[in-house]
Formats: sequence, C-alpha cells, structure tokens
Amino acid sequence: MTASSRFRSPGVRALILIAPLLVFLGLFFVWPLVTVISQAVSDPAVSRVLPQTAAAIDDWDGEGVPAPEIQAAFRADIVANTDEQAMGDVTRRLNSSKSGFRSLMGKTVSAVRETPDIDLAEVDKRWADPVFWKAIQDNASPYTDAFLLASLDMERDSSGSVAAMKEGTSANFTILMRTLWTSALVTLCCLVIGLPYAMIAASVSGWKRAVLLGAVLLPLWTSLLVRTAAWMIILQDNGIINQSLMGIGVISEPLVLIYNRFGVVLAMTHVLLPFMVLPIYSVLITVPGNLMSAAASLGAHPVRAFLRVLLPLSLRGVISGALLVFMASIGYYITPALLGGAADQMISSVIADYSIKSANWSMAAAIGLILLVLTLALYAVYNRLSRDPVQAR
Amino acid sequence: MSENFIRFQKVTKDYGTVRVVEDLDLDIARGEFVSLLGPSGSGKTTLLMMLAGFESVSGGAIVLDGQKINDLPTHKRDMGVVFQNYALFPHMTVAKNVAFPLEMRGTAKAEVASRVQKALDMVQLGHLSDRLPGQLSGGQQQRVALARALVFEPRVVLMDEPLGALDKQLREQMQLDIRDLHHRLGLTIIFVTHDQDEALTMSDRIAVFNHGQIQQCASPREVYDHPSNRFVAEFIGETNLLEGTVSAVSGETLSLTLPGGTVFQSHGLAGFRPGDKGLLSLRPERIDIYATAPEGVNCLTGEVTDTVYQGDHLRIVIETAAGRIIARINRKAAEWANGAKVTLGFRAQDGWVIAP
Ligand SMILES: Nc1ncnc2c1ncn2[C@@H]1O[C@H](COP(=O)(O)OP(=O)(O)O)[C@@H](O)[C@H]1O
Ligand SMILES: [Mg+2]
Repeated sequence: MTASSRFRSPGVRALILIAPLLVFLGLFFVWPLVTVISQAVSDPAVSRVLPQTAAAIDDWDGEGVPAPEIQAAFRADIVANTDEQAMGDVTRRLNSSKSGFRSLMGKTVSAVRETPDIDLAEVDKRWADPVFWKAIQDNASPYTDAFLLASLDMERDSSGSVAAMKEGTSANFTILMRTLWTSALVTLCCLVIGLPYAMIAASVSGWKRAVLLGAVLLPLWTSLLVRTAAWMIILQDNGIINQSLMGIGVISEPLVLIYNRFGVVLAMTHVLLPFMVLPIYSVLITVPGNLMSAAASLGAHPVRAFLRVLLPLSLRGVISGALLVFMASIGYYITPALLGGAADQMISSVIADYSIKSANWSMAAAIGLILLVLTLALYAVYNRLSRDPVQAR
Repeated sequence: MSENFIRFQKVTKDYGTVRVVEDLDLDIARGEFVSLLGPSGSGKTTLLMMLAGFESVSGGAIVLDGQKINDLPTHKRDMGVVFQNYALFPHMTVAKNVAFPLEMRGTAKAEVASRVQKALDMVQLGHLSDRLPGQLSGGQQQRVALARALVFEPRVVLMDEPLGALDKQLREQMQLDIRDLHHRLGLTIIFVTHDQDEALTMSDRIAVFNHGQIQQCASPREVYDHPSNRFVAEFIGETNLLEGTVSAVSGETLSLTLPGGTVFQSHGLAGFRPGDKGLLSLRPERIDIYATAPEGVNCLTGEVTDTVYQGDHLRIVIETAAGRIIARINRKAAEWANGAKVTLGFRAQDGWVIAP
C-alpha cells in the first residue's frame, strides 16, 4: 500500500487532521496530569539509594531475621552509595518509621564501609530484630500513599494501618473541609441571587435583557485581580460602604467587612455569579413563554405555577450552574488570599505554600490530586443529573 | 340557557399610545360557540387574553356570570385555554399534564385518575398517557391540550387559533371533533381564528373583527348573506361589489340605480332612503347565466372574458356595463366560451345592499 492510498482512507485522514490537537492535549494536559499524579504517589528516597535491598526484601515474609542474601544486598547498597545527603534522607525516613534508626544507620554505614562483608548483627544487635527490617521493607517501595494520607491529615502508624495524625500537627483536612464549606456557601449565594436574576433576564426582552445580561457578563471580561482589588477598596474600613454607613449614622465604628469569611464569600459570589446565571438563563429561554400563563389558566396560583412548572424546567440549568460554581470555587486562590484572613485560606493556598515556600512537590501534588478527584466526582454527578433533561423533575 | 353569560362592556385595550381594542361590546350566551374572526393584528388574541386574565383591561368591564372580573386573577377565573403552540408542560407526561388542573383544585387522587382517563379517552389518546409531550405529533399534542383545558369542566373554553399549526386534513378532523365536543358537553367556547371556513363551519355566531372593533356579530348564515358593511362582505367569501344610488325603498326591497342607468331590485340593510349611495354585494354563486333574460329577475348583459374550470364549478369572469362581474356556475350548465355574449341575472333576495 502506498502512502497516498493510506491517506485516502477517511479514518487516517481524520486522525491526521486532529493530530495537532492530540499532541497539544497530550503535551499540555495529559503529561502534566500524569506528572502530578506520579509525583503525588512516588517516594523514591529509599528505593533509589538502596535499589538492591528494595528488590531483595520485597518478598520477605517478615518472620525472623531476613535471609543472608537480603543482608548482603543491603551491605552492597551501602558500599555503592556515594551521595551522603541521599543516605541522610533515607536515614531520616527510616527513623520516622522506627525510632532508633538514626544511630543504627550511622553506626552501620561506617562499619560496612570498613568491612564490606561484616555480619550486621555483630555491628548492632538491633539488626537481629525484624522490626527494623520491616521498616526498610515498608519504605522500600517506590510508591507511597503517605502524601495522599498526609493531605488528609492521616498517616500509617507503626503497625502499618491508616490512622489520624496527632491533633495540631497538620491542618490540611481542616482547610479542605473549610474549602468545601466556603464553596458550598458561595454556590448557595450564587443560586439565591442567580436563579431569580436569570428568571427575570429570561422574562424581559429588548434592551432590558441586554442590560441584565451585560451586567453579569461584564465581570467575566474584567481581570480577576482587578475585581478582587475593587472589592478590597469597597470593603476596607474606610471604604465606600463603611464611610456611607457611618455618614448616615447607622454605625459609629467601621464594620469589619474584609479579611474575614464575609469578604471572601462576597467577592467569590460576585466573580462566579455568571457561571450560575448563564446556564439557568440558557435553559429558561428555551421554555415557551406562555407555560406560566397556561398554568395560571389551569388554576395554579403563581407560586404553585412557579414550583411545578418554571422551577423544574430550570432545574437542569440550576444543576449545571451549581456544579460549575462549586468546581470553580474549590480551586480559588487569589480571592481568599487577598480578601480573607488567616482562617479563611483555602486549599489552593496550601498547595501554593507547599510548592513555593517549602518546595515539597509531593505534598503539593498530593493535595492537587485530591482536588482533582473531588472535581471528577462532582463531574460524574453532574453528568448523571444532566443526562436526561426531561426526567430532571 | 342564560343570556349574556359573558359580557364585554365598552372594553378597551391600549398598548402605550396604541389602542388595539376599542369600546368593544359583545354578549355571549352560556353554551354558545362564538368565533372571533378577523385579519391578523385586529385584536382577537388581545380580547381573549383579557378574558383569560393574561392582559389587563384598559377600559370598560368584562362580566362573567353577573360578576365583573376585570381584576380577578387568572387562576381564579376557571377558564380553559387552548393555545396555538399547545403550551403543554414538557417535563410532565400526558397524564400529568391533564391531571394538573385537577391537582390545582385539590381533587382527590382516585378521582383525578378516573377523570384524566376519561378526558384522554374523549380525545382518543387514552393509550398515550405515559408519553411526554415531546414524543407526540402536533395533532396529538393539540388533543392533549384540549383534554387538559376541558378536564376540569371550566365555565368557558378559550381557544386561540388552536388548529393553525395543523395540516389541512387534521385541521378539518379537529374542527369536527371540537364541534362535536361542544354539542355533547354543552360547552361555552370562544374560538379565535383567521380562517373564515373554520369560523363558518364551527360557530353558532361569528364576531368579525377589524381594527379592534367588532364589525358584525351574527350567525354564519347572516354574516355571509347579510354582511353589515363592506369590510365584512369582502372579508368573508368572495363578492362582487357594484356601486349605485338608492332610487326607491319598498319594504325590504330597494331599487338601486347603477351609473349606466341599469336598475336592480335587491334586499339590503334597513335605513336606506332614496338618494343614498348604496353598494350592492352580489355573491358569485348567486348569479345565474341565461341565454335570454327571464321575467322577474335583475338582468345585466355582458361578454365572457375568462372561464376557469375548478372541478365542482366554473368560475366565469364577465365584463358588463356595470363593471367586471365574477360568477360561479354549476358545471353541469353549458360551458361558456370566451367572447360569448351572455345575460346574467339574480333575484332580489340574492343581492344585498350595504353602505359604500
Ligand atoms: N404586548 C404588546 N405590546 C404592544 N402591542 C401589542 C402587544 N400585543 C399585541 N399588540 C398589538 O395589538 C394588535 C392586536 O394584536 P392581536 O390581538 O395579537 O391580534 P390578532 O390576534 O387579531 O392577530 C396588533 O397590532 C399587535 O401588534
Ligand atoms: Mg392572534
């Protein structure tokens, strides 16, 4: 088959046409995602420095002292290693699994370097205790769930089962819950404002509709930073709101409107409102205008007509809007960072801290992965709810 | 049967500065089938919307069963409305749609089910009760809308061009169905249409609309045979209009002198006096064509200029001294060639004189 005849087949031609897209997706979406995921679950510290040990100890049954081959592999790894810092990492890691490793490893490394085939139990009798070998085995795998567990404030205890971290050691889970709660609050506020707004926008026509939609869309065309900064100016102690309230004498002290949860929710609601209004609006404009008239003529009080007709028909838009807003909310960083207090920071700021301040890429990736999983789960819910619009009642 | 079940008294509707219904009076009896017929934009829908309560009344009063209902909210009016676009609730099944008005009235569950079934059977859709409206054809949707508007036995049924979106065959079937329901259930129906055949077929009375005013409100026969003005005569059916001067009035027969000097005897509106200008409306099918003029009928000679074969009749265009006249002849009569000299005639009771 010649090349030209191969290209003539529609399947191949289509593939060539979308190839740039696939390459782009692979390069800028799939690959970073895979990197993040693998970063979040990989822990090469021990397996890189002790590769032979890691391979040999993998199928050790944990009973008694490991076979001489395993011990020999361990010694060989120690002799082969030239990176003192990496060995330091290994020691620290093992020590956090089983205390005592710090002194044990120091002793063992210098002894083995002198006499490569020395009997380990002679160096230190602790090597006759399986617990220490068990710690090596636990840490030997290049993969770990430690980061994922840590991002939920959990760890494996000495027996290897999952347990909550000691209170006060980590706040990741608290911040994650706070993120979900803040997002839920923002979603609710967007719904409370957005649903009636979309209904009004869909029921008027001409310039009124244009103005209403323009008012929602305008924020979308403005930089997020600008909008957040604008809220800072409006909400601060000597901002417009406090000044006018004090001016008319309602309050004597400025209200604290910023650097707290209120400011965060307010600004995020403002920023995310379009994502609630637009889906609801787009569903509502497809609803024939006289359904509400029909309901009234059939004896439905306006409230009942709304509950039985307009609300169920707008539900699909409400679900899309709520999920869009919620998904966007849980990843918010700038707005809580600028308008919130220390107790209002969301999970993204933790990711930023890990990646920028402490360069702990594994933790940053692990929390990012948790966020990704959350979003995917919500997306699955969304897909399920929006699959059959007609049955959405 | 109580007269004046529904009364429109000097009803006016303004949209901004535009007056779309003006000082309109109309009385409708219980059990009557009244069609509102008129060209598009003449205010028919507006009147119906005011009656249903979807539009406010700018002036005058609407009285239902002795009660002024201008300010009564729609959901308390107890009127079944059938919309041109059906306005079925897309998220409810056919049965749910039909049950809706009953549920709004707090009807007991068991009774709802049986009445829904009965209403759907009435429109021959009992077997489709679990479908969604989107899964039905236009005609089926229209029948669901009809069942929904009738199931709660409303005081009045309002229909706004309900058959406009259906094809001809279905439309004629539905016309007969609706008329049949009207007779069986004794419904009071107000039916908006711009289709004169539909109005003639279905109605007890036709209210002919133009520019927000009723031009004539009478039985189909009356509206067709005895139009009250030029608009009605021209809007309903086809007619020949000949202008002349009334020269004598004796009883219900008028003498009308045409510009050429021909004098016709014809029936006409009351109130003409000798010397008034008059307009003779002559329906094409009321004209006969003779080889020689018989006694006692109005005669006019002319020349055939066009003949159109239309299946059940011939349409013949005749050029006369009084102008061009169109006649519609049973095709069993001789076929008239172009250029033939003919005498056409009509009886006094077949003509109708109106004001020009
Ligand atoms: N909401 C409205 N605002 C302004 N003018 C209207 C409105 N509804 C109808 N009209 C005008 O009122 C007139 C009568 O309309 P309508 O009652 O719908 O006529 P019909 O049903 O006889 O075709 C039309 O000229 C129409 O343009
Ligand atoms: Mg209309």
